Amino acid sequence: MTMHFNDETFRGDYTYHNSPEAIRRFPFPFDQDSYMYSVNIEQHPGGPKGTPFEFKFDVDEHYVAEMKDREITLAEDPLRCQSLPHMELAGWDLLELIMVSKARDYPDLFTLHRDGNDWHWINKPLGIEKKFTFLDPTTLPCGPMEYITRQTQGDFALLHERDGNLWMDAGMVTSQADWSLDFDVGMNFFEWHAPVPKARKMGVFDKALKFLLAVGQGQHYRRLNWTMTVNPRLDTSPENYHKWGPEKRTITPENVGQKQFLRVELQTFFRLPRSNALAFPIRCYLANLEDLAIVPKWGRRLHRVLRDIDPDLADYKGFAVNQETIVTYLSQFDDGAPTSPGIFPDA
Amino acid sequence: MPNTEFTPSIPSRPTYTGLVSQGAAPAIMVADEAGAGALIDLAASDASVMDHAHVVLIGCGVDVLRTPAPAAVHEAPDFEAATPVITQLLGEARMGTQLYLAGSEGLIGHVSAIAFAQGLPLDVIQSEHRGPIARRMQCVHCKGITEDVTTDPFTCSHCGLTLFVRDHFSRRLGVFQGVCVDAETPGVVPETVEIRP
Repeated sequence: MTMHFNDETFRGDYTYHNSPEAIRRFPFPFDQDSYMYSVNIEQHPGGPKGTPFEFKFDVDEHYVAEMKDREITLAEDPLRCQSLPHMELAGWDLLELIMVSKARDYPDLFTLHRDGNDWHWINKPLGIEKKFTFLDPTTLPCGPMEYITRQTQGDFALLHERDGNLWMDAGMVTSQADWSLDFDVGMNFFEWHAPVPKARKMGVFDKALKFLLAVGQGQHYRRLNWTMTVNPRLDTSPENYHKWGPEKRTITPENVGQKQFLRVELQTFFRLPRSNALAFPIRCYLANLEDLAIVPKWGRRLHRVLRDIDPDLADYKGFAVNQETIVTYLSQFDDGAPTSPGIFPDA
Repeated sequence: MPNTEFTPSIPSRPTYTGLVSQGAAPAIMVADEAGAGALIDLAASDASVMDHAHVVLIGCGVDVLRTPAPAAVHEAPDFEAATPVITQLLGEARMGTQLYLAGSEGLIGHVSAIAFAQGLPLDVIQSEHRGPIARRMQCVHCKGITEDVTTDPFTCSHCGLTLFVRDHFSRRLGVFQGVCVDAETPGVVPETVEIRP
């Protein structure tokens, strides 16, 4: 096996850490020195070799630990994974998409043998070997969406298309930026985005929905979104807000570099072949300020973005209370020099 | 008393456009005491709407709806008692059956959620808000539902956390979302205010 997997936690003692290579390939979300909402959609996969954009489903050093964290969250709250009855076929579509992609892109880690509907799946990092019948739910230990997303980093929403809208009718959500699948399942695109400030008036959701409805078979896209999280916690759910909320108030000038994380979501979109549903994976990447500032361009830029951001967005993204400490800390990395366009580090 | 006017809010917050007769189509009508007035007004606008209507009245008597008489009337003392009969009526409903809801946000949310679960299309559901401004709130933490919430913040009747009242609404569950108001600073709670329309 060519990849090393970290032994680390996303709760309690928070031993999560990024290797120098993981920092270098971090999907830094700001392509310029300021930020406002935009639809910012690009084709996926596609991007420099070694980046999280190279393959449909990125597997990195956090894979095994993230799957353990998901298992803990699901054991405490099974409602984090839900699928309305008409979504099972979309679950099989997703299972196929992920298994085929991972076996092709990471042959050292995953293998898939297919003989008609008799499938044989081997997941080496998690020590799973399973023979099952594709499209026969009695041959898996749980539903197809749950089965494959317990083995795939990132949250997943499966969107059903009807009445000119998209409906979030299934999902696996354990690493969310403060939204509840249990509450939102069954909502349409405008309803589940309702709490987001400003964006609707700017027309962002109308444009985004129009785009998503036009995504056809074989077309795949991505966008980056971001927020800020204190401590490397995947489960920042509303359900557990009373448990992780107090941690937000533990930021000091001394610890901000280590404890304050930039949380980036690599959101991708895939039209699924049998169900015509849209798969919407939301993959979470975490890096603390100290690590990000190792890349000089990112240190400069992050300082400018967070200093100048619209106060409503600082509030919505949940870091207004720590903004001053964060910006003061980051100012040491900003010498005023211009930054190059685009998200990648300078060579 | 007409349909209550609410302040415009976010897209997930339900709006109640008022009841308009769809004629003598098969109908299920559910109302509480305040909402019964909306059914009376509906029948006054078009008596034929009652021809094939099965009415469920929650917490009020049949005598509020005497003429024109609906095809059938059922009385239930509260939501819990009404749920099985509403579920059965919706389960037996034929294509084209209209659902008329009138009364509190709790009633409308609760019955809409049952209808949603039974697969009723949204475009056959009409609703009219009458009576007090009280909300049916779900605690996002313990998932317990507190009926008739009139203040913000309020105390979850199940887990005891102090929750603020969001406008975010789940049609599937028929509830607004309540979120811990002092999660980051335990004990620091804003002043309690009455919920406004």
